[in-house]
Amino acid sequence: MSNIVSNPIIPSGPKPKKFITTERAVVYSVLCICAAFFLFPLYIMVITSLKDLDGIRYGNIFVPTLHPSLGAWNKALFHACTGLYCQGILPGFWNSCKITGPSVIVSIAVASVTGYSLANWPFKFSEGFFTVLLVSSFIPYVVMLYPLVLITRWLGIYSTLPAVILVHTIFGLPILTLLFRNYFSSLPQELFKAARVDGAGYWRIFFQVFAPMSIPIFTVAVILQVTGIWNDFLFGVIYAGPTNYPMTVQLNNIVNSMEGVKEYNVDMAATILTGIVPLSIYFFSGKYFVRGIAAGAVKG
Amino acid sequence: MSVSPTAAKSLSVSIRGLAQSYGALQVLKELDLDIPDGEFLVLLGPSGCGKSTLLNCIAGLLEPTNGQVFIKGKNVTWEEPSKRGIGMVFQSYALYPQMTVERNMSFGLRVSGMNKVEIEQRVKRASEILQLEPLLQRKPMQLSGGQRQRVAIGRALVRDVDVFLFDEPLSNLDAKLRAELRVEIKRLHQRLGNTMIYVTHDQIEAMTLADRIAVMKGGTIQQLADPMTIYSKPINRYVAGFIGSPSMNFIKATLGGTIKAPTVEVSGQKLDVSDYAFAGMAPIGSAIEFGARPEHINILRGKDTKAKGVFDAVVELVEPMGSDTLVWLELGKQKISIRVESSQIMRPGEHVGVQFRVKQASLFDAQSGERL
Amino acid sequence: MSLDRPNPLFRNLSSKIASLPMMLIVLGVFVGGTAWTVLFSFTNIKVLPLFTPSDWMDHYSGLANYQRLFTTDRWMSCPAITKIGTPDWQFSCTGAFPNMVTYAILAITIMISVGFLLAVFMDQKIRLEGMFRTIYLYPFALSFIVTGHVWAWILSPEYGLQAAVRQLGWTSFHFGWIADRQMVMYAIVLAGIWQGSGFVMALMLAGLRGIDDEIWKAAKVDGISTWRTYLQIILPMMKPVMVTTFVIVASAAVRIYDLVLAITDGGPGISSDVPTRYIYQNFSANLGQSLSASTVLLVTMAVLLIPWIRMEFGKKG
Repeated sequence: MSNIVSNPIIPSGPKPKKFITTERAVVYSVLCICAAFFLFPLYIMVITSLKDLDGIRYGNIFVPTLHPSLGAWNKALFHACTGLYCQGILPGFWNSCKITGPSVIVSIAVASVTGYSLANWPFKFSEGFFTVLLVSSFIPYVVMLYPLVLITRWLGIYSTLPAVILVHTIFGLPILTLLFRNYFSSLPQELFKAARVDGAGYWRIFFQVFAPMSIPIFTVAVILQVTGIWNDFLFGVIYAGPTNYPMTVQLNNIVNSMEGVKEYNVDMAATILTGIVPLSIYFFSGKYFVRGIAAGAVKG
Repeated sequence: MSVSPTAAKSLSVSIRGLAQSYGALQVLKELDLDIPDGEFLVLLGPSGCGKSTLLNCIAGLLEPTNGQVFIKGKNVTWEEPSKRGIGMVFQSYALYPQMTVERNMSFGLRVSGMNKVEIEQRVKRASEILQLEPLLQRKPMQLSGGQRQRVAIGRALVRDVDVFLFDEPLSNLDAKLRAELRVEIKRLHQRLGNTMIYVTHDQIEAMTLADRIAVMKGGTIQQLADPMTIYSKPINRYVAGFIGSPSMNFIKATLGGTIKAPTVEVSGQKLDVSDYAFAGMAPIGSAIEFGARPEHINILRGKDTKAKGVFDAVVELVEPMGSDTLVWLELGKQKISIRVESSQIMRPGEHVGVQFRVKQASLFDAQSGERL
Repeated sequence: MSLDRPNPLFRNLSSKIASLPMMLIVLGVFVGGTAWTVLFSFTNIKVLPLFTPSDWMDHYSGLANYQRLFTTDRWMSCPAITKIGTPDWQFSCTGAFPNMVTYAILAITIMISVGFLLAVFMDQKIRLEGMFRTIYLYPFALSFIVTGHVWAWILSPEYGLQAAVRQLGWTSFHFGWIADRQMVMYAIVLAGIWQGSGFVMALMLAGLRGIDDEIWKAAKVDGISTWRTYLQIILPMMKPVMVTTFVIVASAAVRIYDLVLAITDGGPGISSDVPTRYIYQNFSANLGQSLSASTVLLVTMAVLLIPWIRMEFGKKG
């Protein structure tokens, strides 16, 4: 019971709150202004892709057209010219699939097993090997671009699909191995010991005990690799050869093709199409995405 | 230290000259240990004393730097863990999270290619013993800590092994469950009669469970004996201080009298130790430590305080614990604790008399720490 | 029952076999490739690929490539270093390497400040946090090529922002960064910030959320204001996150290529050229030069890693 008689309102229960404080107002305004900045290019991309050429020439970049059409999308997909060919960006989409699929599978398979070896089955020099791996993941890839040209030439696959797959696999390995090694090290070591007492060997522990527990890290690895490889430009341009150019390279060629009038609506449609795969992964994978890209961001 | 093999029973586990070191760091120092069939042996010590390393070497999960491990008379030093005839229970339970209780228990048997009928029988028997039948189809996530640890014990049980290894199995449980499961483990040992090697840092677990306790420190066994011997006749100051809660009082004193009739002098007052069974002797006049457990000291009030061999002390602090009360006293400049009945009311500042039960006390050489 | 000590070569054999492909790749490509690049950066090879030590001896040219590199205007030229030591000193460098440094400094400062502030705002128990997070982070899913083309379109003087504002009546409005040699790098920084700030925000927010709740309770009991707590207590605790973010943003800046390619392709002229573009373009004609530029990038990267190495390995000592 309160003894303060002079105070007409006796504090009791929750403190009354103001509907909105200045502080909250500032916080929300800043967040909204930033959101507008981040959304603005997406808005421009979409409205531009729905315009026709006149709408671009005489209209305003901010203002959506009153007569939206999918003509630019159709052209971007099937007819836009990338230098010599005019087949749109669709072949690039299939090339990107052909490059991404095998690279992701092979790199994750090799890296997960190597990470597991390093974490749980140490051998002589495995610590040293790990250090070299750690250093490797920070080497800027330009340093190895030409050596890899020589290696793929020597293997006789330069300028082909296998070459670009090989290069993506190689560059994904150090960071993925670190990722898996750290994950497997973080699993309780007693689980590994229990499995050994139960008589399970190297592969059985990997497949029956560890792999089923490691779905989160495999998800992170897949996200990291798919977005990374899909978004790559330079390896595609150098190692894939013109017939196998991935989508990013095709997009760049469409935008830079000099024939005729510059069709910004087609460019923007092609740009959106190129971004759709990683964007969908982003929207559907949620929290794993941040972990995935955070892991991959240090990649040389 | 030398270990006398128990002649009557056959040996279950023997360890010869076992050493483990990482570079310059010696975790185990040339250790010998014989464990007779059916014994419950507790390896007790603080973290880093080498007790878990020793257990992992017995299990085959660590390769020793030197020495041999025999199980049932067979040299298994280089044998795979699964072929040693051991089952192991871990602190973190180490259950396979994606498998049901039943599959957790049967995993090892399935790996070894045992036929299904036999597997089923064994799982059934183990789950009966541990009262796990209603939980067989659950995943570890859906179990409480105590249930998980019972499953982990079950996993060792189905293997039908000679030796059970426990690596701090109760440390992750809360106090109540720990006490319950402790009883369950003891009951299990009485029922099965297997050899069990149990690692813990908890002296209560060690005292209650063990046939013999090996107190370890710095990669060596300090004392290997039955719990009561360890408690009442600790071989050195370290063991004395480690066992018992609240811990033993160590009072600085000097050895006086003659070799034939030694006395102990505590803060200028003589203490008659003719009742004490000396195990060794130090030169007269040397510094010693007089060890007395809180429950082995009497408190006297009123006229008794002036009697011979009674020391004057001042009550400093009183800790009532329900079943009894712990009284902290100042004896000269040294602090000691005494366990008294909870009906005795003491007030801080009160002068009381303190009488040591010399027969139950321990004397240690102040320098070497060895028992006298 | 095996009483023979197992041959150490065959211990953990599966593990060794399974690690073999990776070992070969690490040694052959990462160690071997880097060594080859560094070694042959001291030779005057032009196009023909050479491997053997005798090739190297035959073409050894000492530091000639490096000398030429730092006297080439395309890589780096600093004509206007004046009044050094006086208050109004001037300093301006042009070329691929200084462009990269400009980009790195601006991107690191702006992204870390914006990212931290956004994270603090996001940490105020706001409604719709998930929506804001999604909006801030989606650009990071897009490739630099996509980012670059969008911003090239927005910043294009003919049809983009400048034209639009002029159309609205402000006819003297000028916003032609990508056509302006002095300003073009800022246009690239703008696009880079749009792409990466949300990601930095996510890292910082994770860092903020990782801080023990009791720190906040203690500060509240001590009567320290929210903003003061952030600045004087939380910010110093965020040092590891800051260092990680710095290394991530800095290493991305060193590699910058696709973004420039899509926005300006190094133009106008070569005013927005960057090291990777320079290196790639010299592969065909002037390999030794290209390799020496790669080596310079390697060294730059090593220098940028120092704060991280100190944090990771310093604490153990």
